[in-house]
Amino acid sequence: MPNAIAKLDRVCLKYGDRIVLYNCSLDIVESAITCIIGMSGAGKSTILRLLDGLRKPDSGHVYVRGQDICHMRESELIEMRTKIGFAFQFAALFDSMTVGDNIALPLREHTSLTEEEIREVVIHTLDSVGLAHTYDNMPSELSGGMLKRAGFARAVVTNPDLVLYDEPTTGLDPIVTHLLTDTIKQLREQLNATAVVISHDLQSIYMMADYVAMLFEGAIIEYGTVEQIQKSQNPIVQQFLEGSQVGPIPL
Amino acid sequence: MSRALNEAEAAADVVERAGVGAFEGVGRGVNSFFEYIGGITALGGETAATIGKLRIRFAETVNQCFLLGYQSLIIVLLTSLFTGMVFSLESAVQAVQYGFGSFVGGIVSYTNVRELGPMLTAVVVAGRVCAAIAAEIGSMVVTEQVEALQSLGLAPVRFLVVPRVLALMIMLPLLTVFADVVGVMGGQWIAHAQAHIAYNDFMSSARQTIGFEDVVKGLFKSVIFGIIIALVGSYQGLTTTGGAAGVGKSTTNAVVICIILIFILNFVMSYFLYGGS
Repeated sequence: MPNAIAKLDRVCLKYGDRIVLYNCSLDIVESAITCIIGMSGAGKSTILRLLDGLRKPDSGHVYVRGQDICHMRESELIEMRTKIGFAFQFAALFDSMTVGDNIALPLREHTSLTEEEIREVVIHTLDSVGLAHTYDNMPSELSGGMLKRAGFARAVVTNPDLVLYDEPTTGLDPIVTHLLTDTIKQLREQLNATAVVISHDLQSIYMMADYVAMLFEGAIIEYGTVEQIQKSQNPIVQQFLEGSQVGPIPL
Repeated sequence: MSRALNEAEAAADVVERAGVGAFEGVGRGVNSFFEYIGGITALGGETAATIGKLRIRFAETVNQCFLLGYQSLIIVLLTSLFTGMVFSLESAVQAVQYGFGSFVGGIVSYTNVRELGPMLTAVVVAGRVCAAIAAEIGSMVVTEQVEALQSLGLAPVRFLVVPRVLALMIMLPLLTVFADVVGVMGGQWIAHAQAHIAYNDFMSSARQTIGFEDVVKGLFKSVIFGIIIALVGSYQGLTTTGGAAGVGKSTTNAVVICIILIFILNFVMSYFLYGGS
């Protein structure tokens, strides 16, 4: 097994009375793109939040770069998060700031770069997602696909070694979906960063994933390369990949 | 006979369940109350610690001073002016009839500076600003912007709460000074117009009655009200759940809780600051 940059170890988590994760274990391989698939509401986004320390598990451990982040103080978590990028499902850009200021924010807060240097880095990062012309736009002036790409830019502007993407292609047309999938691959190549992607879009996953993990009823039930997942004999995985209504997955 | 017994048992069961339900309701209410107080206190502690470490975003604080303070000026001035005028209208004519017209200036300014100025300003600003704070932060929570802040390694308290608390700590006392002045001037004008009390007599009475200490204590109250407005609005915003409906609920709760707290705290502070004086 290659090196794992992050790891969930027998994590259990409940929201109220609902069990979301139960003895869930998963290794995130360094410098690879790991895609997590599963039914809506299965707890995929929760895994990303656990990896970023935004949620704490009820039991079990979450390790990032070998450190158990469950017992970290808030100040230590803040330090850790500066090396993790998080692209949110709906981008979550700050709507009171321009796109440029959104992306410059982590640089202004965590680096000693001058305003001139920050502007240069921001424009370069926006350019890498094809949005250099939107520097002075407000987020409300951007389309859904552009917002997601701006969210990517903010997530990677500090050159993190782990980038978390929450449903990056959901609700987008096939052309923009293809573009964003390429963007994720390019960003991984440029930064040599590990990526964890939550997605329902199987075509995108087949295009970009090095590893795929299937989450079902709170645990990872299948893990492997794209080819291994496609050839899986697990009837749950097969039903999910075929999109069939007939099978062991309760609807 | 057995049917009657069954009915009696069923009735007893209903009464017992209603009793347990009532206790549960009270228990839940008490629990929520202490949870809320604990949450506000923890937020206040974290805010104080951040300010203590001087981790302040000055530009954002100035921006909030403008948005929360300066933009409330007109509504505060109007409210204070008419409150001072109506207070004088109700008291001046009667006071002259009973022969103590020379005290009207003192009565109006005394009430304005010690009670009406700080409290009315706080209530008006709470209505306008506490709702706005809760709505803005609540919207940020439901659109994942607060989580985005955290994911960027930035503390939401430093970014969202501290600038608002500082802005209201600075601006509410300033607004109160304006409210005091305008309230007294409105009272003076009406006392002159309705009860023919000379401007000089009114001001002379005011000067004899009000001391510098009264003004300072009134402003101290404003500082506390400012902290309460910012903390309650921010806490309601940060604890918002449930999308747009949740934001609406947080906004309403913020204003209601804030205004109740202002009235309670005004009494408590008046009791300890002024006692029987």
